[in-house]
Amino acid sequence: MAEANVFVNNPGLAEAAREQDLIAGVQRGQNELFYELVRPYERRVYAAALAILRNESDAEDVAQEAMLKALANIRQFRAEARFSTWLIQITVNEALMRRRRERTAIMEGIDDRREEEGEYAPRDFADWREIPSEALERKEVRQRLAEALATLDRKYREVFVLRDMEQLNIQETAEALGISVASVKTRLLRARLMLRDLLAAGWEQGWFSRLPFEKGTKPW
Amino acid sequence: MVQPPALREGNQAMVNEIIRCERVWQEISNYIEEDVEPVLRAAMDEHFKTCKKCVSVLEGTRNVIRLYSDERMIEVPAGFGRRLERRLAQSGKGPSVVWSTLAAWLVPAAALLLIGGGIRVANSLSVPRPILSEHANPGKNIPPDMLVVVSADAKDFHVPGCPFIHNKDKERTLTAKEAMQEGYVPCVRCMRKYLETADAGHISLEQEARSDFDADDEAPSGSR
Repeated sequence: MAEANVFVNNPGLAEAAREQDLIAGVQRGQNELFYELVRPYERRVYAAALAILRNESDAEDVAQEAMLKALANIRQFRAEARFSTWLIQITVNEALMRRRRERTAIMEGIDDRREEEGEYAPRDFADWREIPSEALERKEVRQRLAEALATLDRKYREVFVLRDMEQLNIQETAEALGISVASVKTRLLRARLMLRDLLAAGWEQGWFSRLPFEKGTKPW
Repeated sequence: MVQPPALREGNQAMVNEIIRCERVWQEISNYIEEDVEPVLRAAMDEHFKTCKKCVSVLEGTRNVIRLYSDERMIEVPAGFGRRLERRLAQSGKGPSVVWSTLAAWLVPAAALLLIGGGIRVANSLSVPRPILSEHANPGKNIPPDMLVVVSADAKDFHVPGCPFIHNKDKERTLTAKEAMQEGYVPCVRCMRKYLETADAGHISLEQEARSDFDADDEAPSGSR
């Protein structure tokens, strides 16, 4: 009863306990529980694959492959890691292997060979107001944000997606991509500042024109 | 890198300020991550109190992180979950305990079989089959085209008619060379006697074999 009360008061604990049960069940051979286990992470797995491959069809295929690989190797999963992190890392590995195999990064590689040249300086210093999260209800806004993300060089996009969208920590991001922690920090800084400038430009183009901002102010 | 206006205009006072701002910009991501030294953090906090530009950078960056971290930013194609579920169901892969246990044994066993098979094939291609008889005799001086008899269940080759041929119903005739290539060795009775005397005279093999057997007065079955 006391345990039940703990879960009522903290739904996150209940979800974590449920996840542990599902993992244990699949590890015992109850494969039919696997989809229930991974369903909450479908979007994140797909987004990780898409960030690396930039092709929806390939991303879906790799996401499925990663799930199958996770199922086949679930007995190797250890509870000290977060299941979501483990799953995302498998996905990143699968996506990187696919990209290497298909050599789709040839053109992007030209950009990626450039090292971080100097320091990135922000370009827009307008007075800032918070964009309400309700803005994301509008498909157009989501699409504009996705387009802005897609314009980043691969090395910045991958780090940004893994850290800020997939919620891996800096160390996990470095391990998943096989780069140093210092590189992750540098790329993350540039990705965030570049996106900030891109969204500021989007403001000029009216992306957020129907949002309830004070007259005469920009979102940053 | 875009050059700030103050640098282009050569305003030293502004340059000094911009240098301080530049340091803030370079640390803004770490600041948000709470990954800066306390002294630097305090200095940045002070800076934000008076610098609207850096506040704009800070809040704009936070805005970016907040927007992109929203789950709604990740859209999966229609039917993604259904297709994933179907593929998982069809895959048949999985860590079932029985399969995993079997696989743990079957994989190394299969590998050993493959290695063993490979060695056997390699040996058969490069090295003559080993002599099977305990009376291993390479059969020196045996005419290679000499016709001999072997039987399926025995290890020796014989002069035709040798009473020591086992299982005569399954005997077959071939040359001595072929018999040796197949791993047969000379019969210590009929072949040895013949080889010892072949150079001395032209005694028929059959005669020689019989005389040898009579002299030995030895039960054939007992000698084998």
